[in-house]
Amino acid sequence: MVASNEMARRSFFERATQFLGLLIAGGLGIPALTYLLRGPNSVSPGGFVDAADLGAMKPRVPEEVSFQRIRKDGWKLMTEKSTAWVVKLSDTEVVAYTPQCTHLGCAYRYEESKNEFVCPCHSTNFSIEGKVLNGPAPRELDRYPVKVRGTRLLIGTIESAKPLDWKKKV
Amino acid sequence: MRALIDWIEDRTGLISTVEHFMNEEIPASSGWHQVFGSVAMFLFLVQAFTGIMLGLNYGPTPGEAHSSLRYIMTELSGGALIRGLHHWGSSAMVIVVVLHMIQVFVWGAYKKPREATWLAGVVLLLFTLAFALTGYLLPWDNRAYWGTVVTTQIAAGVPVMGPYVLRLMGAEDGVGVITFARFYAAHVLILPAVTALLILFHVYLVRRHGVAPVPGDELLPKQKFYPKQVFKDTFAIFVVFATLFTLSIVAKAPLGRIADPTDTSFIPRPEWYFQFLFQLLKYCEGPLELFATVVLPGLAVVGLMAVPFLDRAPMLKVTKRSTALAVVLLCAVGWGGLTAAAIVETPKEAALAEAMGPMEWVDLTPIEMAGVGYFEKEKCGNCHTLGLADEGKAGPNMGTGGVSRDVPWMVAHFKKPGSPMSTMSLKPNEMNALASFLIKLTPQNAVKMSEVPAFAWQGALVYQKNHCGVCHQVNGAGMNNGPPLNGLSKRHKADWIKDHFKNPQKYDSDSTMPSYKFNATDEETITQYLLALP
Repeated sequence: MVASNEMARRSFFERATQFLGLLIAGGLGIPALTYLLRGPNSVSPGGFVDAADLGAMKPRVPEEVSFQRIRKDGWKLMTEKSTAWVVKLSDTEVVAYTPQCTHLGCAYRYEESKNEFVCPCHSTNFSIEGKVLNGPAPRELDRYPVKVRGTRLLIGTIESAKPLDWKKKV
Repeated sequence: MRALIDWIEDRTGLISTVEHFMNEEIPASSGWHQVFGSVAMFLFLVQAFTGIMLGLNYGPTPGEAHSSLRYIMTELSGGALIRGLHHWGSSAMVIVVVLHMIQVFVWGAYKKPREATWLAGVVLLLFTLAFALTGYLLPWDNRAYWGTVVTTQIAAGVPVMGPYVLRLMGAEDGVGVITFARFYAAHVLILPAVTALLILFHVYLVRRHGVAPVPGDELLPKQKFYPKQVFKDTFAIFVVFATLFTLSIVAKAPLGRIADPTDTSFIPRPEWYFQFLFQLLKYCEGPLELFATVVLPGLAVVGLMAVPFLDRAPMLKVTKRSTALAVVLLCAVGWGGLTAAAIVETPKEAALAEAMGPMEWVDLTPIEMAGVGYFEKEKCGNCHTLGLADEGKAGPNMGTGGVSRDVPWMVAHFKKPGSPMSTMSLKPNEMNALASFLIKLTPQNAVKMSEVPAFAWQGALVYQKNHCGVCHQVNGAGMNNGPPLNGLSKRHKADWIKDHFKNPQKYDSDSTMPSYKFNATDEETITQYLLALP
């Protein structure tokens, strides 16, 4: 009887210790996990910025435009220069390509004589519609979302570049 | 499972080592009074864990520290809690380490053969205080900056060694980037490593000599460390952790305005456990100052270290150790009295200045006052309320204070709100002024700031537009080429001021002030504004 009482006491202390230990581990672990795995509460402002004047642009001739964009980098809000290749494909269609080749991210250039984009790294050629003509690039050029206001071209942010966001139901 | 455990045991011996540790025999008298050591060790681990967590999102330079910490506290889920645990944990650590020391002292557990354990403990206490001191700077708010200015100045006053200590702290030319780097490196590289090693050594010594018995223990059967004492330790740890956790949620760890070395209104106060020294310093003037800053703390450390060598009498029951109790009480009364005196003598403004900034509109600098003007002109008040009353406006209440934003953030926000807020027609310098005003808002002053008379902000706009601050100072802002303008009403009347604007050389032929021909409204408002300055 005495022995079993002693055993019961022992097992109570063990269980209680484990329970309290678990609570503490949870109290530290759960906040730490949300802290590390949930993104910041606010993301980059995004939105469209005024980038170019379409009035001065020749149809079907790509033009490299640069514009200022506000980006959130951790605790910093910074203004940075972005560029885009803008092509007025028709009177109703304007596209703005991101300036990186879809193969390995090199900056491509416009070859006037062929009216094509050429990536100097691994010789991918893109048509001015963004299609891959030849070379290793796996897909056509990425496009910024664009809006036209009068003769002004507004360029938005690429959706895929947005960080992981748990709060938004997909 | 069994096979895995056997394999680990066979290859590492870890299992039997842990069992051996847990099954340590401890005296029959062991109990609740011996939980403090375990709690202190637990708190060290909590500080290490939360410190690492903070480190993962912290920019350890003066330029980044404050905004990254604000980012941690406002933008990251659980960030405020983790910083709270780290902040309040540092105070808890000091309390528990001191309680641990008092327990060992009162019971006389430092006696032969445990002198080295005690010495290691004294050094651990000093390390704990060093952690507190170096960590104090890292938020880089006014409290951190000015507190460290005082710390380094005290160190500079140490005879002979002072200049070297100051150089070692990287504070020869004042508290700056080098000081910050030194304090940060000490806080996260040096101190954790040496403290962890010393804790291991301390625990090793405790095991080597066993938990100190009291007279009478030799007649009673020994008990095992596990599970009863382990439970008691864990229970105490849990109580402390639960308190800390609650405190971190209820009382937000402070983050004041970003450190401003030109802020002359800030009254630095040390952390509460150092307030007794701070108070003592007030009573000691001239050469006596060294007594409070160097001699007394030095003697205290030497005295603590000497304890096991001074008291070499055989172990007594704790109830018979009246001298030890008297010493503890005496120290407690001395410490408590000085701390209480320091708190009572803390000028109200010190607490206010920390939390509230300028209290009345007359305390605002001209640029901040011009900010009031832009607030009015841009009709910010249509969507934002200033002060505690929630009037159900669309935008957030600007007067809730709390964690402050800094000017660059505000200006970027004005330019690109990323929210339904409309953009403004202000020029960059005007946005700066508006931001400077908004960051000074607190729950205590916001309502008053919404009642600034129109002539004041109109006058300040004229003041700013004409760059009066290039030569004159108002409320500590601006240059000292011309006379400061505070207290102008005591020196001159409105008519004199207005006439002086038109032709300063009429009153002083050496004056370099250009003449200003304001229109009637501008002349009236700037004159009224200047006359209103305290």
